[in-house]
Amino acid sequence: MAVPKVCGIETEYGVALRGAADANPVLASSMLINGYVEHRKIGWDFDDESPGRDARGFAREGAAPPEVETHLVNTVLTNGARYYVDHAHPEYSTPECADALELVCADKAGERVLARSMQAARRILPEGQEIVVYKNNSDGKGNSYGTHENYLVDRSVPFASLVRHLLPWFVTRQVFTGAGKLGAENGANPVAFQISQRADFFEEEVGLETTLQRPIVNTRDEPHADPQKYRRLHVIAGDANLCEIATYLKVGTTAIVLALIEDDFVDKDLSVVGPVAAMRVVSHDPTCRAPIELADGGTCTAVELQWEFLRLAQKYFDETGFEACGGETVGRDVLHRWEAVLGALERDPSTLDGRLDWVTKLNLLRAYVERDRLSWDDSKLSLLDLQYHDIRPDRSLYERLVRAGKVERLVEEADVTTAMTEPPSTTRAFFRGRCLARWPDAIVAANWDSLILDVGSDPLRRIPMLEPLRGSRAMVEALFEECTTPAELVARLAS
Amino acid sequence: MPEREQKKKPAPKERVEETAEVEAPAKQGEKIKEELDDLLDEIDSVLEENAEEFVRNYVQKGGE
Repeated sequence: MAVPKVCGIETEYGVALRGAADANPVLASSMLINGYVEHRKIGWDFDDESPGRDARGFAREGAAPPEVETHLVNTVLTNGARYYVDHAHPEYSTPECADALELVCADKAGERVLARSMQAARRILPEGQEIVVYKNNSDGKGNSYGTHENYLVDRSVPFASLVRHLLPWFVTRQVFTGAGKLGAENGANPVAFQISQRADFFEEEVGLETTLQRPIVNTRDEPHADPQKYRRLHVIAGDANLCEIATYLKVGTTAIVLALIEDDFVDKDLSVVGPVAAMRVVSHDPTCRAPIELADGGTCTAVELQWEFLRLAQKYFDETGFEACGGETVGRDVLHRWEAVLGALERDPSTLDGRLDWVTKLNLLRAYVERDRLSWDDSKLSLLDLQYHDIRPDRSLYERLVRAGKVERLVEEADVTTAMTEPPSTTRAFFRGRCLARWPDAIVAANWDSLILDVGSDPLRRIPMLEPLRGSRAMVEALFEECTTPAELVARLAS
Repeated sequence: MPEREQKKKPAPKERVEETAEVEAPAKQGEKIKEELDDLLDEIDSVLEENAEEFVRNYVQKGGE
């Protein structure tokens, strides 16, 4: 039986310091976080970090593991999220969520945290300077930054099995996960507009890298949970989405597909020939009709391969239920929306305006091309492409479309506001967030699977949190009510 | 080898109304575009100035 698909999204935001002669992106990113966080910032516990460990069971030869930047600004928020500087970007990692709908809300809350950070930074910057962030994945000049999903996976599933089924999955799910962009990058064939921000940047099928020679399936083996029981699948082949339906489908369908793989439910080989090239073929075709070659003969479109996955998911739902995928309500809803979106993609993708980012953006660009008689390489279109992702509420073109009622939402704005400070009830993020809200001065450092507390007497106490579903509201709320000091909490947990 | 037979989409299950909603208005794409046209003036008013320079200056360091 598949393990529950606890999930989260990490987003590296694009960052620009406007009005300054010499803009340092690390400094700008730090300023955002320092501006947002008024209380003392919480350190990150790097003890168990191992980004260089490979899920295929070997260490890399002749290369250093990915650098862990322990000195950069970092904090943990009362909603259980991590907010920090990664490389030269502000990064927001949502708290762990139990289903796709909860994650849509947590991810949207991240956008609001960044928006508020920009406001805070404006107050401390000199007149005429402003920090602006964009929730996208490319600067259009060959530089890409990531949006990564994470899913809890059963350790006993052979990694090779994940790789085999996930390659065709990641190649084809772009038709609804793409955020759209003008032009091609990284040596890909020229194209006016493509579905995904990221497709051009993938150069390998499987591997450990995230910053160069990016692999479609990333092998980072850092479970952030009990390593005997779990993997954390680290997905780097996805776009940053603004449309809630796109995020919901991206996470909801991938969680289901992982459960299918874990329960050995994929009864045929859906492998495609040359997944790296196929990734670009799919992305470069906004009509969604391009054929891709199948390993066991014949061709099909990305949408046709998606129907295969959907058929398996429906069968799985009928036979097994969706206990592992966030429960029946969300699971059933994901299935219905998935089916509706695939049907619409086959008939006329433009009807998915306001649901999928790439369609919404493409329709906007087309409207401009028509009204202003622009050619597809006009810089005004490039500006629209970029400013669609602007996170400032008054400048974001996406938000304009929301306000005009053009975008279908899934979560209430009041719930998004709550999620900026309140953790999800369903996972260990609740414990992390509550500890932080209650005793901020006692938390020395945190990680996904631990908290280090200073309870007033030596030594520091490290609370392990190796089970992602332990520490939920149902499990620990009474405990918080009964304890008046962190020392009491530690004592109660030890007993 | 021609396209394989099993690549047919599965028969829709329930929720006919939702499928119908996507299928019915054949002109939905055009209608959406017309509505978008009305939005363009508003969007023009919030667009950054000097599009070419603005886009040129947006350069990021790679991440991840």
